[in-house]
Amino acid sequence: MVSRLILFIFIFLASHLAWHGRGTRNLNGERLGVEPASEVTAEGRGRGLAHQTSRRSGGAQLDCRWGFWAKMAAMRKALPRRLVGLASLRAVSTSSMGTLPKRVKIVEVGPRDGLQNEKNIVSTPVKIKLIDMLSEAGLSVIETTSFVSPKWVPQMGDHTEVLKGIQKFPGINYPVLTPNLKGFEAAVAAGAKEVAIFGAASELFTKKNINCSIEESFQRFDAILKAAQSANISVRGYVSCALGCPYEGKISPAKVAEVTKKLYSMGCYEISLGDTIGVGTPGIMKDMLSAVMQEVPLAALAVHCHDTYGQALANTLMALQMGVSVVDSSVAGLGGCPYAQGASGNLATEDLVYMLEGLGIHTDSPVLSHLGERSVDPQIPSFPTPRCHGREGAGNRWGWLHWQPHGAGAAGGRLLACGHRQLP
Amino acid sequence: MRRTALVLTASAPEGRASELAQFPSAVPAPHPPPVSLPSPTAAPGFAMGNVPSAVKHCLSYQQLLREHLWIGDSVAGALDPAQTSVLTNLHCFQPDVCGFSVSLAGSVACIHWETSQLSGLPEFVKIVEVGPRDGLQNEKVIVPTDIKIEFINRLSQTGLSVIEVTSFVSSRWVPQMADHTEVMKGIHQYPGVRYPVLTPNLQGFHRAVAAGATEISVFGAASESFSKKNINCSIEESMGKFEEVVKSARHMNIPARGYVSCALGCPYEGSITPQKVTEVSKRLYGMGCYEISLGDTIGVGTPGSMKRMLESVMKEIPPGALAVHCHDTYGQALANILTALQMGINVVDSAVSGLGGCPYAKGASGNVATEDLVYMLNGLGLNTGVNLYKVMEAGDFICKAVNKTTNSKVAQASFNA
Repeated sequence: MVSRLILFIFIFLASHLAWHGRGTRNLNGERLGVEPASEVTAEGRGRGLAHQTSRRSGGAQLDCRWGFWAKMAAMRKALPRRLVGLASLRAVSTSSMGTLPKRVKIVEVGPRDGLQNEKNIVSTPVKIKLIDMLSEAGLSVIETTSFVSPKWVPQMGDHTEVLKGIQKFPGINYPVLTPNLKGFEAAVAAGAKEVAIFGAASELFTKKNINCSIEESFQRFDAILKAAQSANISVRGYVSCALGCPYEGKISPAKVAEVTKKLYSMGCYEISLGDTIGVGTPGIMKDMLSAVMQEVPLAALAVHCHDTYGQALANTLMALQMGVSVVDSSVAGLGGCPYAQGASGNLATEDLVYMLEGLGIHTDSPVLSHLGERSVDPQIPSFPTPRCHGREGAGNRWGWLHWQPHGAGAAGGRLLACGHRQLP
Repeated sequence: MRRTALVLTASAPEGRASELAQFPSAVPAPHPPPVSLPSPTAAPGFAMGNVPSAVKHCLSYQQLLREHLWIGDSVAGALDPAQTSVLTNLHCFQPDVCGFSVSLAGSVACIHWETSQLSGLPEFVKIVEVGPRDGLQNEKVIVPTDIKIEFINRLSQTGLSVIEVTSFVSSRWVPQMADHTEVMKGIHQYPGVRYPVLTPNLQGFHRAVAAGATEISVFGAASESFSKKNINCSIEESMGKFEEVVKSARHMNIPARGYVSCALGCPYEGSITPQKVTEVSKRLYGMGCYEISLGDTIGVGTPGSMKRMLESVMKEIPPGALAVHCHDTYGQALANILTALQMGINVVDSAVSGLGGCPYAKGASGNVATEDLVYMLNGLGLNTGVNLYKVMEAGDFICKAVNKTTNSKVAQASFNA
């Protein structure tokens, strides 16, 4: 009787520890997502509206905030499995593969980051149509345009018309880039409810990009954040050159962490860490995230990988293994790289969704099939689709999702909303 | 203000500069004037939103050359004049700026940056180059024999230790490989490099040996339908044939490598169970293949399915005897390979320039590109023994010969597309 009681207590404690360990430790076994001390408070954040941080990786949800009884209930339910699974759970959480989030939010940057880097200037109606199609696909965040002077970025010259012209579906955010207060005010006047600001982890890059130092850029952003706070507008922060700079070369993870922390403490609800020139590889991604995660909660981090050297998906996978659950991508891999002509640009949303679906990770976009369609509207140009898309045979445009092998009958599998059948 | 444009860290492997290489910003040019009216052909606005496209001053390629920072980790040797002359062929796409240099610098920089040893990754990764066989076999254009020979000779000088040369299969089925004997006899067999050839049956095996082959491969499949359609027999029957070949090979002290196609999915059957893959792999391993290459033939796999499949196979076959052969049809190859590496696999098949399409998905890409793979491995700090630049050159050569654009992103970023 006593020995059973001791065994029970041991199991409870062990499962409690394992439960907390699962999904909330980094690859070195250190705890992740530790909220920095009281410096990061709601007031410092300037958030008025509900933001996106409600979506968190599966493991991180189960933390000390659970009530005791809820924990007990979970433990009882899981106990038989837990008994045999403890070792493997621990192994998974501390192995080099990490634990993947159960759900990933995709931030679609095609209409902004993508189109801005395309040689051809796309007409306003076509942009609006693209964004509407993306909205219908179910993406929850679509970066619409950039309120920057057309002198600098002619591709985004029609920012006001685009923002006013798109259909704003409920539940979908349409952030816009606002590099300065003037752009912010124009964005608000055009109806923006969320804005984004762009910092960089490289002094030289900042100098060449916005003609000021990193410190001065913070002052500019502060003005925007203050204005956003009083207008109840959420602000997303970007950190460019997180894995490398075209001017400085290597960027230290500590520098990235410093800039990220500053943006977060100024009030950005989420910081997107960008591999601007796509030079990063999974090891460098891991190092950078390890440093940043010491300063900023995991749930407030996103990765924005460019595929210039084909590393985007592998880098994104590494970020997911470290617990990041927000990923930026661009439909059709739109956008090139201004530093390498002929090079590809952003990570393609289709390729990303394909991987996430294959991993069993929930995304917001169950009907992404429409994204890859060759448009029936002749006005919409044939965007360069990712090279991964087959057009015939087993590899139809959505491959794994709607994959029907040659000769397979219609029986079996579930019917998807788009009319295709997913294999069992 | 002087800036460090590129930094070598103390973790640099032996054979290259161990001290931090500091050098000033590349171009001490005056700040460029803003662009008032972008020309139609100008590069688009900068990704971050508000930079004139003329601002491209960046790491100078010439500076890097001077500093001998090309010396890569596992990149063999210092930059010698021969290399320099070839590298200058990579012309700048914008004469007034050195933008292209950045991308090269970027890739070089990646090689030299402090790399993190991810826990659990192998220290050395063997790359099996399948471009001349798996790649060219799936190209529409039939490449002339002398081009193939030149291509393979160039690959032999890149540091690759295994190059799959050709396939001794009937030219009726695979006309692209009809010149197998001439190619096998014509290539220069460098010491330290192995040149396996595909031999689907005993007849092919004997021809291969007669032509001087010293290593062979056999191709099984984890799918009955695929096996039937591909080689017109069931898996069981195919095992019988392979057994003859492998036995003969062992008899003659010729190593045999086994392939298992459709390891992550079949164009006819759909999902393939890991157990089936394990069963077939075990058969091939049991009959004497020294290594089994698990192929995601149609590229449908994702890291999750790769992990599940490997977990199953690794229960029966030691990881040291396993390789992965990923196709990039759905852009998943590198992510799948990373997963395999994390699970302890240290042999990866790839094809220079991502040669080869997918016969089941027209327009789709084929094998994972060797350049992209080497880039990732270099960045991870893993030794491969392969010179990325020489691989890019070989890729450039074959793409020009085949008249196609490279599928390698690294090459696209580095060469004038």
